[in-house]
Parts: sequence; structure tokens; C-alpha cells
Amino acid sequence: MPDGAQPVLDVKGLKTVFRTRGGEIHAVNSVSFDLRPGELLGVVGESGSGKSVTMMSLMGLLPSPPADVRAGEVIFEGHDLLKCSDEHLRSVRGAGIGFIFQDPMTSLNPVFTVGFQIMEPLRKHMGMDKAQARKRAQELLELVGIPDAGQRLKDFPHQFSGGMRQRVMIAIALACDPKVLIADEPTTALDVTIQAQIIELVRELRTKLGMAIVWITHDLGVIAGIADRVMVMYGGQIVEQGPVKTVLGNPQHPYTRALLTTVPSVRGARTAKLNTIEGQPPILKAAPVACAFHDRCPQAFDRCARENPARIPVGGGHDVACFWDPATNGARNG
Amino acid sequence: MLTFILRRILTAIPTLLLISLVIFFLVDLAPGSPASEIPLTVPAEVRAKILESMGVNDPVYVRYGLWLKQFVWVEPLNLFDHFFGTTFAEGQQRIISYQTRSPVFDMIVQRIPQTMTVIGTAYLIGIMIALPIGIYSAYRQYSWFDQAGTFFAMVGFSVPTFFTGVLLIVIFSVKLGWFPSIYDTTLKVEDWESFLKQARQMALPVTVLALFNAASISRYMRSSVLDNLGQDYVRTARAKGMSERTVLLGHVLRNSLIPVVTVIALGIPSIFGGAIITEQVFKVNGLGAALIGAIHANDLPMVQTLTFIFATLIVTFNLIADILYGILDPRIRYV
Repeated sequence: MPDGAQPVLDVKGLKTVFRTRGGEIHAVNSVSFDLRPGELLGVVGESGSGKSVTMMSLMGLLPSPPADVRAGEVIFEGHDLLKCSDEHLRSVRGAGIGFIFQDPMTSLNPVFTVGFQIMEPLRKHMGMDKAQARKRAQELLELVGIPDAGQRLKDFPHQFSGGMRQRVMIAIALACDPKVLIADEPTTALDVTIQAQIIELVRELRTKLGMAIVWITHDLGVIAGIADRVMVMYGGQIVEQGPVKTVLGNPQHPYTRALLTTVPSVRGARTAKLNTIEGQPPILKAAPVACAFHDRCPQAFDRCARENPARIPVGGGHDVACFWDPATNGARNG
Repeated sequence: MLTFILRRILTAIPTLLLISLVIFFLVDLAPGSPASEIPLTVPAEVRAKILESMGVNDPVYVRYGLWLKQFVWVEPLNLFDHFFGTTFAEGQQRIISYQTRSPVFDMIVQRIPQTMTVIGTAYLIGIMIALPIGIYSAYRQYSWFDQAGTFFAMVGFSVPTFFTGVLLIVIFSVKLGWFPSIYDTTLKVEDWESFLKQARQMALPVTVLALFNAASISRYMRSSVLDNLGQDYVRTARAKGMSERTVLLGHVLRNSLIPVVTVIALGIPSIFGGAIITEQVFKVNGLGAALIGAIHANDLPMVQTLTFIFATLIVTFNLIADILYGILDPRIRYV
């Protein structure tokens, strides 16, 4: 840890496997990362790269069966969330760690009022009575920028627009002043202007409340705009990790480089076709023994098919899991 | 909401008129004479006079008009008089049974308590068994409990009640002698002993019908809960740190009940009409038995009236189901 701060969330060697009829699918393979207080960690990767599954595994939110968190530790406030009691895990969910999900249209319970759904964690975790919880719920709705908050507490989710519902979700996630907020593609289901509003809101709330945020997305533009640090995932592994400026400015992994070339530029001459990465992300039927990206990688050489690269630090808190070195266009030493 | 209910009631009137027309004329087409119950020793001219006095010889549209007037006007007035001691309906012709020459509604009023206690209890018990089974089967999908529930539902649903009824009679009445096989309608519950006797004679028919009802409702409940368990809001509730109990019995149950309540409400008319076979098997002297008896005796007014009552109940409970739907689901608002 370069700045020496104690991480608020420390994940080591997390492994998640889905048991399906067609065999086991290794969705998360030895993922380790930490999250420092107050930082915004961006997690990027294609669909199916294991971003969401990693974060769900942390909190035991995956349905089991079929999901099985095989190994690892998740240290939050001195407890390992994978081994602690269900009781303790529930006291962390919603109180210590808040969640925002992708689809605000379906993430709220249609038959309960918005007020009830915000008040639920307040009454459970903070031991508030009804009147206190209602007061706090109104404050929260005002905080996330919903006009006429007092009246809207009595409304049902279907009476809110998509963007407003996502604001409600954020209010629920923030209800008990969590230390960590995990946002799982919170803007994917929203249109672009609403997306910008939500990003602006989260940025503002972060300076106001100071919690650490994990922001899962496949939009590199969003990451460049708000994240302090970025983590690139592929095939259920972290392939590159580091401060956002270095990773996006000097990408080390061929996958990160390829991702960056797929972002269309609004300046200069228009390319004839949008750039893509050829091929499909892998479905891992066993724990990886080779680099998961090697069959789509333009730089792959024989070692990539034999051995799964470990994460190698390249300086400045930046690390990469690759045998290839872009500086020399040859094999990396180490 | 009120305008919705009023509108629905108004649109129900032509529907019910059409149903009454179809029922009346179809039943009237049935062969057989209402005089068949009159002993053959009665001379032919007397027989003709009796038929004349019963109004059988009037043209069918006259009889229909009369019956309809009696059903919607005279009988409700009689009911009103019965409850409030007034005499509005005095001297008005009521719907008379061919069999007993007494008003059809008097017989119905006599029969309703048996049907309600036996069939109604069975339906209630069926629901009370079915809902927990459905919820738990869904929550522990593919567990042994779920498998057993599936098996039980399949058997309960596919084996007809006249078979399970007779089977239970053979086992528990004939072989073991624990319960009577015939329901004694004259039994009055006055003390503990007669209550026990009543409970014993209700045991078998209630079991048969409750199992049959529970089988289908538990399936509906299971699939509805399963549907909801996979929803995103369940994950949200868990992410908020809610206990499994709150998630299941608070968030999921309320949503799952929406379709099931409709099914339950629509099943209530069958309490009155659908248990005809079970009433026969256990000799419960209820509405179903009355209908069968009336059919055998060519008692057209009785058959027409009972069938039309069942039809009215179905239309009514359709409306009630719609209203319940609106109460349970805030997304549905009737205007």
C-alpha cells in the first residue's frame, strides 16, 4: 500500500464457481483487491468477465445453488465476510456496505411504497422508530435530489421514472451511512442524460459523505471521468489494476489496450468501422491454466498458452497479469 | 374504484340475463314430465289438473318471464321480510319446486348450512395447507420437501374425489371404524359431545375436498413464489440486510399472493356447486345433493334456480377477484 492507509475492504484469493448441468463454470478465479477509505474504484470488463459476480460473492448475494464461493477471504471491519455468521453478514449488508443495482425498474419491490423500502434498513440497522425513520427517509430523498420528498415517500415505485427510481435505490443504499458503496452498472439501464445526472449525483455524494465506492461498468468513459483507480477484469480475473491515469494513459495488458481502441473518438477523421475485439470472452469450465485472453490476443506467444500469468507490479501501484511487455514488444522479465 | 365497481355490476346484468335465458331454455328442453313423481294411481284428469295448477302448460316465454320476476324481485323481497319481519312479499307467487310444492328458496336455505360447513371448511383448510406448502416448496426448490409436495399435488389433482372419498370410507369407516361414512344432517351441535360427533362426521368429506383443493392451490402458490424469488427486488431486500423471514414473508409473499388470491376467489363458487360428487359420496344433504335430486325428479324450477345461483356466484366472485387484485397490486388502479 503506497499511502499506508488501512483498506476498508480487503479481498484475497476469491474463487466462485457455478455448478450447472453442463459442469462447473469458474466465474471468479483468485481475485484479490483492496479498497481504501474514500476512494472510487472502477471495475471494467466485457459482459461475462466476472465483475458483478465478484461483488455479489463478497456479500453472499449469489443464489446458492448454483453459485459456490470456494475460497478466499473478504475482510471488512476485522471480520471475514465469507466465514462469519449469517447474522453478522446481514448486519453488514445495507449498513456497512450499500448496494446499487443495474436495473432500477425491477430492483424496487412494486407493492411497497418507496418510503417503506427506504425505512426498512433504517429501522433494522439503526434501531429507529417509525417517526425517526420517516424523517431520515425524507432527508435521504432530498439528498439524492428528489423534489417534494415528503409527499413522494407515500408513492409506489411505478410512479417514479427510471432515473428517479435509481435515485431511490441510491437513497436506500446510503440509508445507514455505509463505509462502502458497491454500484453494479448503475447507469447501464438509463438513457444518457439521466446517466450523466446519476454520475454527477454520486460524485457529489462522495465528496459530501466520504464513503469508498466500487463502480462496476463497461463504459471506459465513465471510469475516466470519476474513478481514482481502475481494475480491468477478464475471464474472472483481474488482468490489470492501477491508478486511472496510468492504466488508461499507459495500458500494459493487450486486453486493456484493445478495450481502449474500441472507444470511438469524436475528434479527427471518422473510422470506416467501429473497432472491435475479435472473438468471445471465454467460458471457463475449469480453473484457468493458461492466459484466458491468449486466443484473442494479438501479442500471444507460446508461453501464454502454457501458463496463467500472475499479476506483476510495474510501478506506481500499477500491476498487470501478462507476459508481454509493450515497452519492448517482447517477453516481460519476471 | 367505486365507478369501476358500479360499471362492472351494470355490465354484469346483461351477462346474467343471457345466462339465465340459456339456462332456462336448455333445462326446459330436457325430456321428462314433472308429473312423473305423481303416483300412477292418480286418475288422468286429476293429473292434468295438477299439471295445470303447476303452470307447466304455459308457453315457455311466459314461464321464463314469471321465473325471472320471481327470482329477482319476489325472492329478494321474501328474504328482506325474513330478516326484518316486514310483509312486502305477502301474497306474491314464489318459485315453487315441482317435487315438494314448497318454495325453492326454502329448500335452498335449508341446504346451505350443510354445504357451507363441510365444503367451506374444506376449502379453508385446503388454502391453509396449500399456502405454506407452496411457499416452502418454492423456497427449497427441488428439495425432498418440494418433491414430496409435487407428488402430493399430482396425486391430489389427478385422483378424482369420488375415488379418494370411497377409499377413505373403506379404510377409515369400514375397516377401522373411526369415522362414520354418512353425514347426519339432523345432528345439532349443543355440547362438547355433539361437537365431537360433528367433527368426526365432517372429517372424511373435509379431508377429501381439502386435499383436492390444496393440490391445485399449492401448485399456483409454488410457481408464483418461484417467479418472485428470482426478481431483482428480492436481491435488493437481501442487500439491505433483511432477514430471510422478512424477504420471504414480507417482500415475496405479498407479490406472490396477487395471482393466487384471484385463483382462490374464483374457486369459491365451486364451494357451492363443484362439490356435488363429494356430497353424494358422503350423503351430505347440501346444495349439490339438492341439484342432483332435482334433476332426477324433473324438478325444473329447482334446477334452473340452483344453476342460475351458481352462475351468479361465478360472476360475483369474478368481480371480487378483480377488486382484490386492485387492492393487492398498487400498479393496478381502476378508473
